[in-house]
Amino acid sequence: MSDARRTALGLLAAFAVAVAAAPLLPRWALFLVAVALGRGLVALGLLLLIRTGLVSFGQGLFFAVGAYAAGTAGSRLHVGDAVALVLLGAVAAAAVAGVLGLLLARYRTIFFAMLSLAFSMIAYGLLVESPALGSTDGFNVHPATVAGVPFAGRAEAYAPYLLALAVAAAAALALDRFQRTHLGRLAPAVRENELRVEYMGASVRNVVHLNLVIAAALAGAGGAVTALAVGHIDPEMAYWTTSGEFVFVTIVAGTSSVAAPFAGAILLELLRSYAVQHAPNTWQLVMGATMLGIILALPGGLWSIFTRRRGARP
Amino acid sequence: MSTLAAVLADGMIYAAWLFLIAAGLTMIYGVMRILNMAHGSLYTLGAYTAASLVGAWLRGGHPPLGSFLVLGAAALLVGLVVGPIVERGLLRFTYGRDEVVLVLVTYALFLILEDLVKLVWGVESYYVTEPYGLLGTVDLGPLTYPIYSGLVVLAAIAVGLALRWGIERTRAGKLLVAVIHDREVSAALGIDVSRVFLVTFTVGTTLAALGGALTAPTVAVVPGMGVEVIVLAFAVVVIGGLGSVPGAALGAVLVGLVRSAAVHLLPQLELFSIYLVMALVLAVRPRGLFVAAEARKI
Amino acid sequence: MTRTPRSLAVSIVALSLSLAAPRPAAAQAPPAEARPFRLGVVTFLSGAAAGPFGVPARNAAEVLVEALNAGKGPAPYAARGLGGRPIELVFIDEAGGTTKQVSEFRDLVQRQGVDAVVGYISSGDCLAVAPVAEELKRLTIFFDCGTPRIFEDASYRYVFRTSGHSTMDNAAAALYVTELLPNARKIAGINQNYAWGQDSWSDFSAAMTALRPGVEVTTSQMPKLLAGQYGAEISAIMAGRPDVVHSSFWGGDLDAFVLQAVPRGALRRTTAVLTCGETATHKLAGQIPDGTIIGARGPHGEYAPDNALNRWFRASYQDRFVLTPNYPAYHMAQAILGLKAAYEKAQAGRAAAPSQDEVLASLTGLTFATPSGDIRMALGKGHQAVEGTVYGMAKTVGGKLTFVNVRRYPAERVNPPEGVKSADWIRTLTASPR
Repeated sequence: MSDARRTALGLLAAFAVAVAAAPLLPRWALFLVAVALGRGLVALGLLLLIRTGLVSFGQGLFFAVGAYAAGTAGSRLHVGDAVALVLLGAVAAAAVAGVLGLLLARYRTIFFAMLSLAFSMIAYGLLVESPALGSTDGFNVHPATVAGVPFAGRAEAYAPYLLALAVAAAAALALDRFQRTHLGRLAPAVRENELRVEYMGASVRNVVHLNLVIAAALAGAGGAVTALAVGHIDPEMAYWTTSGEFVFVTIVAGTSSVAAPFAGAILLELLRSYAVQHAPNTWQLVMGATMLGIILALPGGLWSIFTRRRGARP
Repeated sequence: MSTLAAVLADGMIYAAWLFLIAAGLTMIYGVMRILNMAHGSLYTLGAYTAASLVGAWLRGGHPPLGSFLVLGAAALLVGLVVGPIVERGLLRFTYGRDEVVLVLVTYALFLILEDLVKLVWGVESYYVTEPYGLLGTVDLGPLTYPIYSGLVVLAAIAVGLALRWGIERTRAGKLLVAVIHDREVSAALGIDVSRVFLVTFTVGTTLAALGGALTAPTVAVVPGMGVEVIVLAFAVVVIGGLGSVPGAALGAVLVGLVRSAAVHLLPQLELFSIYLVMALVLAVRPRGLFVAAEARKI
Repeated sequence: MTRTPRSLAVSIVALSLSLAAPRPAAAQAPPAEARPFRLGVVTFLSGAAAGPFGVPARNAAEVLVEALNAGKGPAPYAARGLGGRPIELVFIDEAGGTTKQVSEFRDLVQRQGVDAVVGYISSGDCLAVAPVAEELKRLTIFFDCGTPRIFEDASYRYVFRTSGHSTMDNAAAALYVTELLPNARKIAGINQNYAWGQDSWSDFSAAMTALRPGVEVTTSQMPKLLAGQYGAEISAIMAGRPDVVHSSFWGGDLDAFVLQAVPRGALRRTTAVLTCGETATHKLAGQIPDGTIIGARGPHGEYAPDNALNRWFRASYQDRFVLTPNYPAYHMAQAILGLKAAYEKAQAGRAAAPSQDEVLASLTGLTFATPSGDIRMALGKGHQAVEGTVYGMAKTVGGKLTFVNVRRYPAERVNPPEGVKSADWIRTLTASPR
């Protein structure tokens, strides 16, 4: 069995288990997982960027673009189906990245991080100064159907969870496939040595640009999923602290598997939920200390618990 | 004409404030390659310590003019206590890790410090307004400015000159430059790199705390006051060129003037003026205005 | 990474089981009246809004619930707890943004099993939580957030707000300015650049334009929330020499603005109108210039009426926390007393606990007594309170801040009628007939 196949089967198995587990889970957990998977999608995009040697501190921009695209299409254009809205969010974010990428693709390291941060903060400012979009208060979104099924009753509780699961599984599968193509394999090559990639006749700029667009599409889908699960959108999604959390999830989770961002996002959400509940006055301290512990004790991220045990670190 | 004067005066006052915060940040990055997200928390710590100490000083019936010295002492206290604890107790275990990981370490530190400040000082606001009004005001055309703002400008200039002199003219500064250029070779030549790091981080912390201490008399010292400051300081440092102190000065002046012009002429632009400057500068000069003199090893 | 996917499946199963494990056993629950009423309370416990708003509100909730549980409340709130049932508080920090708040709200209802939620200072959080409260069918009372959009853009069955919305603050501010400063022609604004500040300014400037056509706006400054440094903004305001400068600043931003503006003489010939000024008066007594117009978002704090409930509330609060309660504390009292009034009315003297539906029905359109006077749930189909409001001018007497020229505006004078949107109503404001 090839590695690709094994990953695919594993993801499908995990998807099936998670779907089957839905009736067993309490409702608050369904919501928590749906929101975490939305964040995981953004982290999945960041994972691709990190494999290309780039860290963006502005993924919140694409997250917000996806959410606002889905939200405005839902409330103004009366696009009712959640699946269509998620696709729309991904496409809108990809389009924005297509344009900004013309500039961003020239940058590396901390300068890439800071330029992406500047763009996301400009977007934040524009959203704050748009009373039509509710300014900082944002607005509510309510899809009518999910893949044709009316969004009411039991569906209201399960739909965001199942939708997030389906989008996450599809995205992880697709990204894993992409990374095994010729184009996908250029990403780590760019990180290792851009000069050699150019000598081989590939365009580093195009590779980076393409990966930027893919990462943005994932972040846009994540934004749309989050918006539909939470039912509300506001400019905070584009703020730099949101982007910072995405980077945190990605690094803490580890970058060796396409499943890591999702597992990491769920664990961090759980941790936060328990910390807020049991230490309402010091939950930030608990989060910070835990994150430090993970960074210091597990240099390869949480996922390295699985890989290290077998001595098969890539 | 009077608008132009106001733009210049307000811009320079704001620039001085920005530079005080950004100088330590850029220095720590230049030497240690750490983009310190906790810098804003150190600024907050400086403000709280200054508020507490100056409050105690004035309640003790000491001469009010002495409160300026207490502000400085508060910054020094924070720098000398917190700097070494953080560097020795945490950061040194992370050297050699990826730059992004270091950013996250300081982000975690930021979360911890924010809650620690809250545990020590609570969420109530603190006030040390006395020094602000102590020196009186000066009229500039139709506008009135407190002389205290001039003092902050002088402090910023003094810090800038002291850093420049310290780096270029002293032995310690030359060792610092060697470490910036090549950490391994410096160590091989017998320079105590970990000591250089300790000193750098302590100086950087003191500068952040000084920024906070000098700000304290003009504001209510409240939890979270450092959060907004971090990203402003980042912008200044990136515009100027990471690791460059003169760059940070130029970045601060640029940002200060543009923001002040926006406030006077086009208030709607104020919210993103700083990020527009940052995006524009990076678009033209991808590594900031002053690329630090050292070659970045690839 | 050969066996990675399998370990993923294993970990997901493990996670599902661990999430599934602590489910409350609903079947064994005792009858409602035999257990305490669990009340979720959400306010800012960290960040910049904690000091001026969140913590005073939490303190008020603690003092009030403790006294009510001990049966020490004055009439009509003398019964222990809620109709004899003790109240148990569950506090949650409001910091962290709307996604986190929706998550925490679900947690409160579905994991902690609270019977009702009182909370939310941020309008964004209120807007985000309202539909979730509907979905989860749990009684939710907003106690402090300001935006009129909540009940003007949607209607809810489970959601209430027991304080007036922000339109009232600025309509009354404009009325007060026209009445007391007959020569004010030039106005300026400095408001935080987020929904609260933008709405406050657009309401105030619209009301001023309606009341005094031809009024000139010299500048509208919108610094970033929590900016802290207002040097350039103050210069820009001073340069225009306005008669009035309007500000909905709060907390540290308000303090910083006053501290930076006063030494520069910016408030010497210009009168500041501080719609949330009351929270600053507790700490900045010596700094606020005489004549500054101060609001408290209703008849709260120093503006509260002299009635038995208010004397009792102030005394209990001061006993514990030294400072007098500020307006967010009063708003919290309104929410908890509103809940108590509705609960006990629904209970109608029975021993058994009323159902949630009965409580919803009795809170809808209810009029109840609070330390700030009677509150009527008159708007939003009986879900949105109206209250009157008060403005006055600061005057420092012997180091203590007092208020002069205090004017009270009845609720119907400063609130739109049912069914009319605030933004449309405020443009039609006319001066008081005198």
